[in-house]
Amino acid sequence: MSETAEHHDDHHPPKYYVKIWVILLVLLTVSIVGPMIGIKWLTLITAFGIALVKAGMVCAYFMHLNIERKVAWYILCATLLLLLVFFTGVAPDVMKPSGTNWQSLYHEPTEEESMVHHGDEHAEDAHHGDEDAKHDDGHDEHSEDEHHDADSHDEGH
Amino acid sequence: MSFQVPIATNRSATGIPTSRLAVWWILASEVVIFGGLIMCYLMFRLHHESWGFEAAHTNPIAGGVNTFVLLTSSLFVVLAHQAAEAKETDKSVRYIWFTIFGGFIFMMVKAYEYTTEITHGYTMFKSVFWSFYYTATGLHGFHVMAGMFIMWMISRDVKKGKNLHRVEIIGIYWHFVDVVWIFLFPLLYIAK
Repeated sequence: MSETAEHHDDHHPPKYYVKIWVILLVLLTVSIVGPMIGIKWLTLITAFGIALVKAGMVCAYFMHLNIERKVAWYILCATLLLLLVFFTGVAPDVMKPSGTNWQSLYHEPTEEESMVHHGDEHAEDAHHGDEDAKHDDGHDEHSEDEHHDADSHDEGH
Repeated sequence: MSFQVPIATNRSATGIPTSRLAVWWILASEVVIFGGLIMCYLMFRLHHESWGFEAAHTNPIAGGVNTFVLLTSSLFVVLAHQAAEAKETDKSVRYIWFTIFGGFIFMMVKAYEYTTEITHGYTMFKSVFWSFYYTATGLHGFHVMAGMFIMWMISRDVKKGKNLHRVEIIGIYWHFVDVVWIFLFPLLYIAK
């Protein structure tokens, strides 16, 4: 059985694909403009709902999954199922980290803390410089700083 | 002893040509790689409000431009496939090169973004969000570059009228790269 004989029996004119592309661009515009309005549910629909539609269109019309044999679907769906297993297995631990046998040291950064301020890089350099100096003179605050750094690195916020 | 094409090359037990079946398997493994990353991202993003603050520092215009570029390059590669099916090799090669150019523009925009972010202090080590950002977009960028390289190799064959079916194969791969970006774009650039 030759490979060419098995090719998709798909003879759409180029115009057909250009039409799909135009629809995708319209959806892209909606997915950018929608979240600008600032309504949470509208953001979810326009950003993620439309992403699903766009991905579906690319898969169906550009990748020709709409006319592909079922076995390709089975292969892809099996991996999507594995992802679902992964998510349901891990999510309870990651997303509900409450418990009585351990203490969470995590500190949720504020909006202010998530920013990098001008001059921070220099400040950071200076900080490291200070640390080196402290290593030399054995300053008392050194252990506190080190503890703080270790916390922030461990938590990785 | 003359060279023989391996039996697996022409065998088609599933009704799908072996090469196309192989690319579906590759994409299945890619679904797990990128899907796993995206799932992890979602878990942290839903649980930690601060990730929204971090995402506010990505550049949605650059992300939007790159989405446009990838969607357009997907159109080019599907047109290259159409031309290859019609045995119009010159046209097919032209569209393949348009696609490669699209990939090049994508990488240039990405390089601009990385440069801006890193020089502003948003490096891979700033927080877990930025680690995810650089890992996901970096891995995706690597796939874009791999696709560009394979397309260049295929274009050389197509020019000679050989292995035209490979245009469809690389096309499927390229569309998948596009699909991954379609999900990364709202996750990293839009949801603030």
